[in-house]
Amino acid sequence: MSKQRVHIARRVPRHIGAHVLIYTLAALTVIPFIWMVMTSFKPLGEIFRVPPTWFPEDFTFDNYTRAFTAAPFGRFYFNSLFVAAAVTVGQLITCSLAAYAFARMRFKGRDLIFYIFLGTMMVPIHVTMIPGFMILHWLGWIDTYAALIVPGLASAFGTFLLRQFFMTIPVELEEAAFIDGCTRWGVLWRIILPLAKPALATLAIFTFMAVFNDFIWPLIVLNSEDMYTVQLGLAIFRDRYSTEWGNLMAGSVVATLPILLVFFFAQKYFIKGITLSGLKG
Amino acid sequence: MTRRENQESRLKKRRSNWPSALLFLSPTFVIFGVFIAFPIVFSFYLSFHEWNMFSGERDFVGAHNYAAMLADPEFWHVFKTTAIYTIGTVPLNMLIALWVAFILNKKIVGKKFLRAAFFTPVIVSSVAAAVIWRWVFDPNLGLLNFALESIGIPSVNWISNATAAMFALIIVGVWKTFGINMILFSAGLSGIPEHYYEAAEIDGAGGWDKFYNITLPLLSPTTLFILVLSIIGSFQVFDLVFVLTFGGPLGSTKVLVFYLYEHAFKFFNMGYASAVAYALFAVLFVLTLLQIRFFRGQAYEVA
Repeated sequence: MSKQRVHIARRVPRHIGAHVLIYTLAALTVIPFIWMVMTSFKPLGEIFRVPPTWFPEDFTFDNYTRAFTAAPFGRFYFNSLFVAAAVTVGQLITCSLAAYAFARMRFKGRDLIFYIFLGTMMVPIHVTMIPGFMILHWLGWIDTYAALIVPGLASAFGTFLLRQFFMTIPVELEEAAFIDGCTRWGVLWRIILPLAKPALATLAIFTFMAVFNDFIWPLIVLNSEDMYTVQLGLAIFRDRYSTEWGNLMAGSVVATLPILLVFFFAQKYFIKGITLSGLKG
Repeated sequence: MTRRENQESRLKKRRSNWPSALLFLSPTFVIFGVFIAFPIVFSFYLSFHEWNMFSGERDFVGAHNYAAMLADPEFWHVFKTTAIYTIGTVPLNMLIALWVAFILNKKIVGKKFLRAAFFTPVIVSSVAAAVIWRWVFDPNLGLLNFALESIGIPSVNWISNATAAMFALIIVGVWKTFGINMILFSAGLSGIPEHYYEAAEIDGAGGWDKFYNITLPLLSPTTLFILVLSIIGSFQVFDLVFVLTFGGPLGSTKVLVFYLYEHAFKFFNMGYASAVAYALFAVLFVLTLLQIRFFRGQAYEVA
């Protein structure tokens, strides 16, 4: 018997054990989601059955129709998507501009300003939210879309992420364009941004997710139900219909679906965005 | 760095200065100034004042808010609760994350699928996560009690019992965040050169020897980095608590930010709440400084 075969014979069972354990843990991790989806398609009687059924025996959409009539979930949905899209587009613009200035332009105190700017990422939102609320109150923006969108239109994290990426782009490309008479705007628009697509995608996906999932800010600045985002609506809904699990699970599916869909198609950008934002602290 | 300086010196010919830079920077500076920079300074100022936002009068009270905070038994209660949550989540979170990252670093079938599965809780909102788990924790119909009973463990009143509620919060907290640490650990693990392991194998080292003598020591900067990051994160927990337990029962899961939120947006004690916010900031700031001091270079490596 060759040495190698002994090696394999010993290694295979060990890896089987690892497979079993890791797949079990993965199953435990996703069971709450599966349970959510299953419950959302069960009629009331089946939800309350003991022992519980795995798959819905009488598949129904009733929970969804009830969730959308008991609370204006359609409206919440529109609010969330609109606000998240607006902040995302806005941040892509403001962060690209600022990142370009920090990466390529020369002005006095540039690096100092950049580091102070970066340093503010250490400050938790709980420090800024009280004066932030006050300012919105003075502006008369409480309970408006502006309150949800405008404060999110600048981001130190986004600026940092794009600046780091812009700095890896060879400056020769720009010089050639300058010689051809291109302006700074032209260079940013025609050369830098097309090359920076991966960084822009990371920022866009991360921002969209952060805004769509945000809870504390909408909680503070919104009053009327018409303005609620999906997350705020779901939280209030849970409080009001605390045991109507069918409706609540339908609402949860609705609140997680867009993010899960995007995640399905653009996993790597999510992971990059979240990892980098974790690192910012 | 030298490359960058090089690039800059070549760009010198096109001398751009403040006016043109401002065109690019002004959108960010305006928003940032109004909603970040000013609030940071103003909430520090507020923390030395007594002010109910809607009744006008802003009185300077010196360090009174800070003194009142330190004298408030409830402050120490929420501090303790936050600490318990942190101690409950962080080590467990890191152990699971390290184990998963370690396994996924081997030849495992379906790695992509597994990584996605472990990462899913990270990307869903805390509100949805809390609502889903409320259903799993339901005392009569919940999946968890059903699973416990089927293996002979009596069911638990997860949300209405003080100790169990904290357990529930910790379970969801770990479930929700270990995916991030898994990714960070994976990055750290892939940075360990394969030939270290090969050399150890030649010396007859077994799996555990290799893990204990190579993986752990070489991973320690990453581990410390993740530790600090996780503590910072768990000190700011709020959404989960708000929807899962609402700080209850009887304040047993009331955490620091929940306390801050109540003072600011329920009682409108803006000055006092600002002092609490700055106290939180101070704790996080010390942790961050420690992290920067020890791992200046490491952060980028992990990224």
